[in-house]
Amino acid sequence: MYDTEKLGTDVNQTETKISARNVQVYYGDTHAIKDVNVDIDAKAVTAFIGPSGCGKSTFLRCINRMNDTIDVCRVEGDIKIDGEDIYDKRVDPVQLRAKVGMVFQKPNPFPKSIYDNIAYGPRIHGLAKNKAELDEIVEKSLRRGAIWNEVKDRLHAPGTGLSGGQQQRLCIARAVATEPEVLLMDEPCSALDPIATAQVEELIDELRDQYSVVIVTHSMQQAARVSQKTAFFHLGNLVEYGDTSQIFTNPKDERTESYITGRIG
Amino acid sequence: MTDATQNTGAVAPQGSLHTLDARTKRRNAAEGRFKLYGMIAIGIGLLMLVTLLYTILSKGTGAFTQTFVSMEVELLESKLDKSGERDLEKIKKVTTFGYAPLIKSAFEKTVEANGIETDLKSKDMTKILSKSAASQLRNYVIANPDKIGQTIEFRFLANSRVDGYMKGRVTRDSIANDKNITPAQLDLVDQLIEVGALKKTFNIDFIIGADASDQRPEAAGIGVAMVGSFFMMLVVLVLALPIGVAASIYLEEFAPKNWITDIIEVNISNLAAVPSIVFGILGLAVFINYMHLPQSAPLVGGLVLTLMTLPTIIISTRAALKAVPPSIRDAALGVGASKMQAVFHHVLPLAAPGILTGTIIGLAQALGETAPLLLIGMIGFIASNMPETVGEGLLSPNSAMPAQIYEWAKRADPAFYERAWGGIIILLIFLISMNTLAVLLRRRFERRW
Ligand SMILES: Nc1ncnc2c1ncn2[C@@H]1O[C@H](COP(=O)(O)OP(=O)(O)OP(=O)(O)O)[C@@H](O)[C@H]1O
Ligand SMILES: [Mg+2]
Repeated sequence: MYDTEKLGTDVNQTETKISARNVQVYYGDTHAIKDVNVDIDAKAVTAFIGPSGCGKSTFLRCINRMNDTIDVCRVEGDIKIDGEDIYDKRVDPVQLRAKVGMVFQKPNPFPKSIYDNIAYGPRIHGLAKNKAELDEIVEKSLRRGAIWNEVKDRLHAPGTGLSGGQQQRLCIARAVATEPEVLLMDEPCSALDPIATAQVEELIDELRDQYSVVIVTHSMQQAARVSQKTAFFHLGNLVEYGDTSQIFTNPKDERTESYITGRIG
Repeated sequence: MTDATQNTGAVAPQGSLHTLDARTKRRNAAEGRFKLYGMIAIGIGLLMLVTLLYTILSKGTGAFTQTFVSMEVELLESKLDKSGERDLEKIKKVTTFGYAPLIKSAFEKTVEANGIETDLKSKDMTKILSKSAASQLRNYVIANPDKIGQTIEFRFLANSRVDGYMKGRVTRDSIANDKNITPAQLDLVDQLIEVGALKKTFNIDFIIGADASDQRPEAAGIGVAMVGSFFMMLVVLVLALPIGVAASIYLEEFAPKNWITDIIEVNISNLAAVPSIVFGILGLAVFINYMHLPQSAPLVGGLVLTLMTLPTIIISTRAALKAVPPSIRDAALGVGASKMQAVFHHVLPLAAPGILTGTIIGLAQALGETAPLLLIGMIGFIASNMPETVGEGLLSPNSAMPAQIYEWAKRADPAFYERAWGGIIILLIFLISMNTLAVLLRRRFERRW
């Protein structure tokens, strides 16, 4: 696993990080994702767009196997990260999730202090040798989450006492604290004001240097601003996938066109 | 302008906001009636509660006071230790009969010294004392052999008839057919009250003492039964809490949801509704007849009550775990925590207040449970000694508070009846404190998420 990762850094820019083949997801009898094939680039931002309920979150949750926690959910097909099948029997989802971080659609800070929210991940993965290192990780992560200035004086206040937007940035900071290789973000900016949104977008752009970022968003402008690739989902199908510039200027499918021009949604 | 108003008036009902229309009036009346029914229901409930508390308190407080007669007793060496060697073995050979004369002469002296005139013989005078007086004296002498030869002030329990007389339960009319006490003795009592030798005071022995035989209700206390209850609760806590919490965590967080777990779930709910006497007979069959654990032992009682409490703890723990929002689990799993880390680091602390409350309420239920104890023999004998070690506390026969109360209520002497009510007060104090603790813990640990 380590070797492949090293390889990836040497090879050209459009190396594939995640590749999905014939992915089907069922919630009981509901067929939520229908035969999705997609290759997600390393060191790039990929945006998932599509109307509500089309399966963006569902597909995102397949990538770090969060769907395992839903009893009725069944995933079929192959998803590979760095060429390794993540649904292989030998894969421990816990190890996978340390490598594939996630920011959830609804902010869900732990009911603990702001400091502990960030420090939890590094602690359980043993990323810091001592308190000073942990402090450093916490500060760095909070800065990257664009929330450091607001909370630096109250690191030991409960994370749940923050505003909705602050909580979401705290969750982003928590997700980057464990240094994942892939970061999945489910509508990270839906509760943020334009200033915080701009900061988060800046962060995403920065993360692109090292990580693969997949972001679900309902904002076309945001998708256009931050992503290099865009995937358009509709009713569980991946309708169109390509370079962001192409999707927004010259969509091939008419459903994509109607959606981005605001005619379906 | 006028036209416009008329037009809209045709569509929407028109009227001043200051007068109620018929519909609103009807709705308000219905709401008012409903509130009234609610208040009546609460009123009835409160009335019953007040009646209950008043009955318990008025009947039970008497048990906390007791009538004592104080007098100076000369511990004659000639009677207690003829050899003068202060050899404990020899002193122990003197039975309570040997002490009776000392009490008699002490009584005579008290009467004389206070100038009380009575025709009663000393033998009849001492009958107003409890039958426990002689053994009280003997225990004292055995504990303090060096006091032999001195004159010591003693406070003897008065007999239950005299105590009843002091509490208004016994009157000169009611004792017409009573062999245990005569009007002349009551006259003596009146005179002793006047000189201050006979008094009704607070009686700590009711709370810390042991039960006494049928003949001596005045000496009976609930203390030993309380210790029995304590050891049972200890067993319940040590067994039911870890087993219950572990079972709930497994079922709620780890177990696959399939028909086996469904059956287990249904059965746990059913167990919670099984009458407690069933657990009692199960305890008798399994723990005593099959495993040969000692009868009447708090250990067995505790085991039976554990069986009874487990479903309560499991149900409340599972409810507490369910109440933790799943987003917290997602958050923990999302940063790469294992399922167990997610549960122990995040879910369990949030569920703790609910678990604690459930456990305390389960314990309180177990504390008040009587029926299963009937079957394992924790009722119907006199627990007379305080256990000295934990092992003895668990294994030697004992009673429990509710069993003791039941036992007293069963006995014929009305003096025991009063003690049953007194015991209920103590039991209620325990239950109320436990429930208060549950509420306080809940408040203390409750957090927002
Ligand atoms: N836990 C679940 N159990 C059953 N069905 C589910 C579950 N989660 C999602 N679904 C269904 O799967 C489909 C896709 O849902 P998903 O949450 O992926 O949509 P989405 O694209 O993220 O929508 P939104 O933009 O509103 O977040 C929906 O029809 C939804 O009803
Ligand atoms: Mg979604």
